[in-house]
Amino acid sequence: MPSLKDLRNRIDSVKSTQKITRAMQMVAASKLRRAQEAVEAARPYAERMETVLGSLAGAMMDQPDAPKLLVGTGKDETHLIVVATAERGLCGAFNSSIARGAMRKIDQLQAEGKTVKVLCVGTKGATQLQRAYGHLMLETVELSGTGRISFAEAQPIAEQILSMFDAGEFDVCTLFYNRFKSVISQIVTELQLVPAQLPEIPEGEQALEAGLQGAVYDYEPDEETILRDLLPRNLSVQVLRALLENAASEQGARMSAMDNATRNAGDLIDSLTLNYNRTRQAVITTELIEIISGAEAL
Amino acid sequence: MADTIAFELVSPERLLMTAEVHSVMVPGSEGDFTVLPGHAPVISTMKPAVVDVYETEGAAPTKMFVRGGFVDCALDRLTILAEEAIMLSELDRETLAQRVQDAAEDVEDAKSDDEKQHAQDVYNQLNELLSALD
Repeated sequence: MPSLKDLRNRIDSVKSTQKITRAMQMVAASKLRRAQEAVEAARPYAERMETVLGSLAGAMMDQPDAPKLLVGTGKDETHLIVVATAERGLCGAFNSSIARGAMRKIDQLQAEGKTVKVLCVGTKGATQLQRAYGHLMLETVELSGTGRISFAEAQPIAEQILSMFDAGEFDVCTLFYNRFKSVISQIVTELQLVPAQLPEIPEGEQALEAGLQGAVYDYEPDEETILRDLLPRNLSVQVLRALLENAASEQGARMSAMDNATRNAGDLIDSLTLNYNRTRQAVITTELIEIISGAEAL
Repeated sequence: MADTIAFELVSPERLLMTAEVHSVMVPGSEGDFTVLPGHAPVISTMKPAVVDVYETEGAAPTKMFVRGGFVDCALDRLTILAEEAIMLSELDRETLAQRVQDAAEDVEDAKSDDEKQHAQDVYNQLNELLSALD
């Protein structure tokens, strides 16, 4: 049976924990709004890029000298897995679910006898993968952790992937990140970066093509040069989009995790307070009995 | 045929400008061209330079510096996908001069040839921008 003082101390400590988790929840909520805006803002560019790329690549696909970034090296031996996670913890299952998704993929690839290399973005995922797959890990890219993801942050990562591809260090590159669905639901997503995955041309797009009335795009300079310029840029944009989605997901996950923690702390405080009051009353009763029985003995 | 074109300028981070305009002068990598309503569909890459947007015929253009990217023009719709775009009016000389200075130092510091080439490109672009401002 803990003493009254012990109980009081515990209540105090849980209360201060609750204050912290509540503050973190509110910070996450406001950061989430900003992160969501950034995702929204980045969408038009990625969409236009996809449209242009789709119409360009369709024509180039069958040609023998099509860029390797588009059609791949023709092999499927070495895989590069890029694992994008957060810089910080305390956000529920956010980091571990990405890591788990990546691990499953790595295991599967290894079972198929492929060579796997891992590139980590964000330190949290790196520490989780370190133990089992440390020998596969090439490098860990740290994010600034300021919360604002800009193009400047995505570009070095894309450049690194590109230079590795040019050096023939891998054939297929897959990126793992969390797609932001809602505050309570983030979906681990596997995005193939190399060879580039082309968007399915939606219905509306076909209508647009038809709207061109048979007119064909002029390309300046020629298709090949544009495509060669466009594909690396597309890679950067895909990385940027993944990082932005990830940032929004992280804040969303942190918000709901902290909401849960705050509620848990509340429950704990309630039950501790009940316990405290009971103990206090028991002490009073015991004291009264002592006094009364002392008086009767006289 | 519409007498305006739907113009959009987007950077990877956000949509910078969207408007119905009369014409746009685009610095294509193979030469500048002006897009008017009814322009043939074209996809072109851009060199780092200034884009002039004319909201109405003969009006003073809105000038924007665009650091590389590409344009997609079709059906009276013009989209510029810029790597970086800055309103010329929002640019002030001093910050720019500072960036030119930084870029020049980067060129000095570059270790490999690739790095040097890249730094040199940035330097040239910024210089071009500086001269556009005058």
